[in-house]
Amino acid sequence: MEPVRILSGRGVPLDRSDVDTDQIIPSEWLKRVERTGFGRGLFSEWRDDASFILNQPDFHGARFLVAGPRFGTGSSREHAVWALMDYGFSAIIAPSFGDIFRNNASKQGLVTVVLRDDECAHLSRMLHSSPRVELTIDVERGLVEIPEVGFVAHFELNPITRERLLNGWDDIGITLLHEEQIAAHESHLRPTPLDTLRRHLM
Amino acid sequence: MTAPQTLFEKIWANHVVREVDGEPTILYIDLHLIHEVTSPQAFDGLRLAGRGVRRPDRTLATADHNVPTDPLSTPIADPISRRQLEVLDDNCRDFNITLFPRGNANQGIVHVIGPELGVSQPGMTIVCGDSHTSTHGALGALAFGIGTSEVEHVLATQTLPQQRPRTMAVNFVGDTPQDVSAKDLALALIHALGTGGGSGYVLEYRGTPISSLSMEGRMTLCNMSIEAGARAGLVAVDETTISYLRGRPGVPSGSEFEALAESWRSLQSDDDAVFDAEITIDVATLSPLMTWGTNPSQVVRVDGVVPQPSEFPTDAEKSAAERALDYMGLQSGEAMRDIAVDVVFIGSCTNSRIEDLRVAADIAQRGKVAPGVRALVVPGSHRVKAQAESEGLHDIFISAGFEWREPGCSMCLGMNPDQLLPGQRCASTSNRNFEGRQGRGGRTHLVSPAVAAATALVGRFARAKDVQ
Ligand code: SF4
Repeated sequence: MEPVRILSGRGVPLDRSDVDTDQIIPSEWLKRVERTGFGRGLFSEWRDDASFILNQPDFHGARFLVAGPRFGTGSSREHAVWALMDYGFSAIIAPSFGDIFRNNASKQGLVTVVLRDDECAHLSRMLHSSPRVELTIDVERGLVEIPEVGFVAHFELNPITRERLLNGWDDIGITLLHEEQIAAHESHLRPTPLDTLRRHLM
Repeated sequence: MTAPQTLFEKIWANHVVREVDGEPTILYIDLHLIHEVTSPQAFDGLRLAGRGVRRPDRTLATADHNVPTDPLSTPIADPISRRQLEVLDDNCRDFNITLFPRGNANQGIVHVIGPELGVSQPGMTIVCGDSHTSTHGALGALAFGIGTSEVEHVLATQTLPQQRPRTMAVNFVGDTPQDVSAKDLALALIHALGTGGGSGYVLEYRGTPISSLSMEGRMTLCNMSIEAGARAGLVAVDETTISYLRGRPGVPSGSEFEALAESWRSLQSDDDAVFDAEITIDVATLSPLMTWGTNPSQVVRVDGVVPQPSEFPTDAEKSAAERALDYMGLQSGEAMRDIAVDVVFIGSCTNSRIEDLRVAADIAQRGKVAPGVRALVVPGSHRVKAQAESEGLHDIFISAGFEWREPGCSMCLGMNPDQLLPGQRCASTSNRNFEGRQGRGGRTHLVSPAVAAATALVGRFARAKDVQ
């Protein structure tokens, strides 16, 4: 996973609360065998509607999604995070998140920013009136800023999540920091049964 | 002197790579089993991150969930199933992993082939992207199911960050009645614990009824640990375990095996080891069981009747019972023996081993499948199939009117062509009776192989003694 320190880009306001993972990526998409390409299925039920906000040209290429409370509740499918990232989002800003979703997001490097209700509402209004404004998310300092209009909001990240993002560590990366201990454990192991099996079957 | 330890604690301690307060333990994984459904994204993740498989020599793959059980010459019609199998082929080739594909002499349901090949061994940590990995605990191994990102984690590091589970002793006591099988013990336990009662625990099955079970029976029991919510099930190593493994292709031979066996004999809970929880189940009063509802804790005797929702203690259970009766199309008070079935399925990682097929064949030879009933026998693996055929069991099944099919998960889940039609009622030796599990609108009753075979002959739920 790439380190994430400062993100800049445009935002899109979703203006919906309780967006569950079934809405983020409907279950028919779960049959795929790849980890990429889920962006096409993102919010697929809503995207059939030409007036849906993601379909509006002004918001094409946005990197940040501003949503209502309890974003990402429901089924634990990791595909929801894959879909958001594959579509091009690198952070979601909302007053609250589903726990498992937030945990999954932190493992993949999708930043989940919790701002107060009024801050999210303010941000959303601003994006509706000036869609092309540039936002900055500073993971290290915990700030969402729009320098152009002087907007600044503070957010908290759990220290472990923050470290992971700043260093680009995923779970595997963190485990591999202890590679020497894994190798030390392996040095005591007896031959694997699959070697015995292979010899036997040959 | 070290404090007395449970079997779980011994295995855990032997696999700790790193343990630091406030962080999950990094646990070494001895054996990683993979199949076509939960592995593709894990391999894709590896590629995206530019990582490889750390120990292909500790990773074994087979195709099971999607494979049709039609003759091997039949092409796979469903494009998604076909694609998942092709992707598994490609991934195993690219990462140098041993794969037993459809048609291979060693192919079968992942939880059947691990033990029968002798690669699942006592004292190991074993994981698979499949909840019924608990099956391998029958060999005295710590075995549990994992999700797809954990599959990727194990592929890349051969370890898993894990929170330490708690331990529960499940003490079976009393003399096992003659027609009570391991499946009945499993259903009795889930009935007693509820579907969430084992949550957060590793269960250790103990007592005389367990030591007198065969390995196949222990696997049936450990397999269903997950249906009580448990992370894993375990049985201590004894001479039954060792004789089961002797001579299998994954174990060494001669004195090397005997030395290994000696080290396995210490895989027992110490006498005064303390468990976090305990439950006792008296088997003397049991008789063959079956489920009536839509979760595996909704259990009655085959001799019993469909319960009244009002019999249940909590409002939640009452309304769950009402919903289940409605879905299952049953009336309270109806005798189970009066309920007719459309389909009988003998198979799945719970009950598709040679012993299960022997029990079913012994009953099948007493008659013919009742008119209008479709009865399938699906061996868990090609090895089981070959063994059964060498004993002539297939002839017994076929002449009694059962279908004798190729190995795979088959009708355990609605993912391959073997599915129930809406409204069809099935006596099934599998492990989940959830709504739609065997096909949309299908009605599943979980039973033992003996009850399944007897039911096939009678056309209604029946015990072995009903078809003398
Ligand atoms: S037989 Fe059923 S429970 Fe077992 S691995 Fe296959 S699908 Fe899962």
